[in-house]
Amino acid sequence: MKPARFDYYNVETIDQVHKLIADNPDVRVIAGGQTLVPMLSMRLARPSAVVDIMRIDQLSKIDEKAGSIRVGAAVRQAALLAWPRLAEKQPLLAAALPWVGHAQTRNRGTICGSIAHADPSAELPLVLVALNGVVRAFKQTGKTSSARGRLFVGPMTTARSDDEIIEAVLFPLRENGKGYAFNEFGRRHGDFAIVSCAAVADAKEVRLTVGGVADRPASIQIQAASDAEAALILNDFAWSLQARDDLHASAEYRRQLVRQMGLRTICEARQCIA
Amino acid sequence: MHRVSADTLYKVKFELNGISVEGFAEPRTLLTDFLRHQLGATGTHVGCEHGVCGACTVQIDGEPARACLTLAVQVDGSSLKSVEGLTPEPGRLSIIQESFRKHHALQCGFCTAGILMSLDAFLKTHTHPGEDELREYLSGHICRCTGYGPIVAAALDAAAKLREGNDA
Repeated sequence: MKPARFDYYNVETIDQVHKLIADNPDVRVIAGGQTLVPMLSMRLARPSAVVDIMRIDQLSKIDEKAGSIRVGAAVRQAALLAWPRLAEKQPLLAAALPWVGHAQTRNRGTICGSIAHADPSAELPLVLVALNGVVRAFKQTGKTSSARGRLFVGPMTTARSDDEIIEAVLFPLRENGKGYAFNEFGRRHGDFAIVSCAAVADAKEVRLTVGGVADRPASIQIQAASDAEAALILNDFAWSLQARDDLHASAEYRRQLVRQMGLRTICEARQCIA
Repeated sequence: MHRVSADTLYKVKFELNGISVEGFAEPRTLLTDFLRHQLGATGTHVGCEHGVCGACTVQIDGEPARACLTLAVQVDGSSLKSVEGLTPEPGRLSIIQESFRKHHALQCGFCTAGILMSLDAFLKTHTHPGEDELREYLSGHICRCTGYGPIVAAALDAAAKLREGNDA
């Protein structure tokens, strides 16, 4: 398992990345490499060139901006997890991040890289959808584009076009009057989720987002209902996700996790409305 | 902008266990292979080669990371520590290694180098680790021999010894 040959570029500016991509659409961006390198090794990805963006200064910042936490494309997962008062600023992000890979991969892997990879069972795409966060990208034209909600179009597939380079992801800050909860079930802590659930609740309604079942994170809005009513709604939702059997779990098992863990996550989010 | 073309060998230089080292790598050369084949540092083991097993874990600028998920060209100019750098002097074991021996925390030993590199970093920042916390941290490593019990016992014992050492 060794990667096929590729050229390696180390760049300092976004313009250099655009230039490389304009000249050769077969260029892949590498940041932390925690998803791209295994793909290269297994030769599931065979780009003719790889461009390393970790030395572009403007991409390495985490800051608070206009009601959001803005995380640059070169910010490693461990850096965000260690960001002061993360749990206070966005409890869902703080709850989900320890489930992203292992400490050893979070030290290298980036937030935006995981989102760009769009694995349907990964935690960060789930959190992005649950919070209705925004992904900002630089376009070749020098403009920036933003995608909210419609970014994920299928397994490992986003709506990002070749000339768009992710600049940052914006996670909305915690809002007063809202409660957040996250749960995951997997064979081992840090493995890809069999099912993961994120809920955002306010006094009127709760939005549950589920990962690991459909081909991308899927959400449902549930109006204030009794637990019994919510359970019925969740049953329909579980069936609507078109769960499939695989090596790790049967479709039936996944549906059951959506019902049970979904309800528990909803209850937890409601309980911690602050 | 710096370009290394696919078929050229690039001179990669970094610090390994406090010593400046260099060797030649293609862009596609993984850090595991660079350490073992270019530098002859075979203490770092190659297991699954896709980031799951943890056997190849080394410290890059003080942080544990998978050498198999890192290109050698990415660590140019960094400071690395591998299992060879743990012993305080030839013929002596570090506190963590000594605890592993005492608690029989290895059988075949294939996963051990990676686990030691993770624990070496972890116990520096977590001086009073709880068992649950340790088990979660060790989830980044697969050991098929021990069942993890002795590894956790060794880590707890090492943490206590390191505390004593710091108090003295």
